[in-house]
Amino acid sequence: MIIEYENVIIKTICRLLIPFIQLFAIYVIMHGHYSPGGGFQGGVILGASFILLVIAYGLEESRRRISLKALTIYACVGLFIYSGIGALCLLMGANYLDYGILPLPLSSIATIRAMGILGIEIGVGIGVMAIMICIFVGIASYETGGENG
Amino acid sequence: MNTMQPQAVILIVLIPLMSSYAIPLLGWRWKGSAYFIALIAIGASSVCSLLLLWTVLKQGTIHYHLGGWLPPWGIEYVIDPLNGFMGVVVCGISFLVTLSSKESVEKELPEKKVRFYAIYLLLFTGLMGIVVTGDVFNLYVFLEIASLTAYALIAIGEDGAPLASFNYIIMGTIGACFYLLGVGYLYIVTGSLNIADLAKLLPPLYHSKVVLIALAFFLIGTAIKMGLFPLHVWLPDAYTYAPSAVSSFIAPLMTKVMAYILIRVMFTVFQPSYSIEVIPLTVILSWVAAVAIIVGSIMALAQRDLKRMLAYSSVSQIGYIVLGVGLANKMGLLGAYLHILNHAFMKGCLFLVAGALMYRTGMRNIFQLGMIHRKMPFTMGALVIGALSMIGIPPTAGFFSKWYLILGSIEAQNWVFVAVILASSLLNALYFFRVIENAYFEVSRGHPEGEALIEPNREEVPLSMLIPILVLAAGILLLGLFNERIISGILIFALPPGF
Amino acid sequence: MVDYLISKYNYWVYIFLMMLGFYAMMGKRNLVKKLIGMNIFQTAIILYYISIGVKKGGTLPIFMETAPRAADYINPLPHVLMLTAIVVAVSTTGVALAVLLMIYRRYKTLEENEILKSIR
Repeated sequence: MIIEYENVIIKTICRLLIPFIQLFAIYVIMHGHYSPGGGFQGGVILGASFILLVIAYGLEESRRRISLKALTIYACVGLFIYSGIGALCLLMGANYLDYGILPLPLSSIATIRAMGILGIEIGVGIGVMAIMICIFVGIASYETGGENG
Repeated sequence: MNTMQPQAVILIVLIPLMSSYAIPLLGWRWKGSAYFIALIAIGASSVCSLLLLWTVLKQGTIHYHLGGWLPPWGIEYVIDPLNGFMGVVVCGISFLVTLSSKESVEKELPEKKVRFYAIYLLLFTGLMGIVVTGDVFNLYVFLEIASLTAYALIAIGEDGAPLASFNYIIMGTIGACFYLLGVGYLYIVTGSLNIADLAKLLPPLYHSKVVLIALAFFLIGTAIKMGLFPLHVWLPDAYTYAPSAVSSFIAPLMTKVMAYILIRVMFTVFQPSYSIEVIPLTVILSWVAAVAIIVGSIMALAQRDLKRMLAYSSVSQIGYIVLGVGLANKMGLLGAYLHILNHAFMKGCLFLVAGALMYRTGMRNIFQLGMIHRKMPFTMGALVIGALSMIGIPPTAGFFSKWYLILGSIEAQNWVFVAVILASSLLNALYFFRVIENAYFEVSRGHPEGEALIEPNREEVPLSMLIPILVLAAGILLLGLFNERIISGILIFALPPGF
Repeated sequence: MVDYLISKYNYWVYIFLMMLGFYAMMGKRNLVKKLIGMNIFQTAIILYYISIGVKKGGTLPIFMETAPRAADYINPLPHVLMLTAIVVAVSTTGVALAVLLMIYRRYKTLEENEILKSIR
């Protein structure tokens, strides 16, 4: 069971840093398609920011902010965004994951493909964040008999 | 091509994948829906696989470009007759096993049903992805999906299950990493990851050591995953302690799909002439397989637990398939393909019978099955048909695949293999007759582990478990009677060119 | 001979790491140490793949206007393949840790010889 740190320095620093970590994670996800970064990397950093919250403030406090049910829904929704964009291309008549055929009002086929992969990166990022937090909370709840549901 | 029919190539993987993460969402409210979603998804994949096999036999190989990118730059999915055949086998057995899994999951894992079916569908997705893909790295991704879900599913069994699963994790990861190293070596010398492209680019390079080491890595990696002697040590524990629904799914299918990877690497990526003439790989493979057949049968004789005996018997049957691949002539390879089909049916039927016994009586010791045929006559009848087929008695299916293997050994002028196949049939007869004897007569009264008679009221397993057992048993008989049609209609086209 | 050793140093590093991971998986008795060995093994393969894409005089594979030809960049394909391999390594570690928790809950120890003794 993870209880909160009694030291005021650690709690304050974590409280100040976590929004910046999350901002950096969103930056990494959004820049995935033309510079280093991408869905998995950004998702892990987002998950790590929540894990920092759990370590600094304890498991009970963090359960109020994000619950296990919401995590399962985030994971499934993230994966649905990924396969959903691919299946949308199937419904439009092209092969799976062929983003060039999506009807976005942009300049060229290359830009539409870039926006397609961006959508997929966002889906993957949300899914990976949820799974990382799930793994950590699941292993951390071991002594109390594991989480239910 | 954008007509609806080839889209079945991607639907066969996409429908189970999307259903597997729809299950936690819907299962939060309606817990009973998990089983039905899984069944519908596997049913849809089965329909797609039958459609694909029919299309391939009429029109020739199907190519499907993922994302619209052309082959050497993009990932492509290829269906040729071997793929289509494997797809139908995997889908058919999965559908029947999933049909029977409802009652046993209710009894053994009542509060974990929703998560169980989600991981189960992911395992099915991984196996189907391995079968349809035409890109070596994509095969690694699906191989790891199938392996990880199998580790998780095996670990939720009974007493010794987590330790058996940890053993499997360590050995299975080594196998998959060796496969990845083989892919890396081939990528260094050719620069391509597509199977058809590699088959074109590799022949000028057959003299180099890098290609030889790549084939060695592929071989050891798939041998660990298949359970080929002497790399089979994870197999008995993993099959014994897993829950009944899981072992009836993994035992007929996973090792066969790994054998399919071996056939794909040896005969499509590398030309058959490489393994036969340039290096004596087929000789080594066939001798290792012969030892595997004998050792598996002997170890199965020493077991008291029914599932453990069937697991060692699986080790022996993988030896048959690799012997057929190692003989490298037409009859041997046809025997290997037919044995993949037959063994999937036979082991599926036998493991489902073991699951039914576990469900009704809770016991697995062979010597405690005194006269159980009065309690469960249909199940024991299916056990008898499965046992006769494993031994190799006509007209059941097992006889015909062993017949083709013996013809292949005779054609290769190797009488030791003929003797090995006949001797192992005799050993199979020994340990299966012991089970049938205990189930039908009361021979174990004086045995230290024997028990008194089981009470003779008729109490069969529920219908959803009985129907797949009977369908598989009938399938064994039908496959035996119609094996000529299967060989001349489907399997002849699945041989690699040059045979 | 020395030239052969020094020019292919990336192969020697990866072989050393791989054998280290292999020894940890086989030779150590604690289950967590075996898991760490498996992680070192997979990391060695990832390092190897990335090292084969390097070119002499090549620059980072991000598009810049000062280097318009494709041959000036190092090969980015192994990097992309290894992203997938890293995800697989992380997932395998996650599953293995969950299984180790189940073993600890059941046997109250994580040493392999004590577990095997309590089974016999």
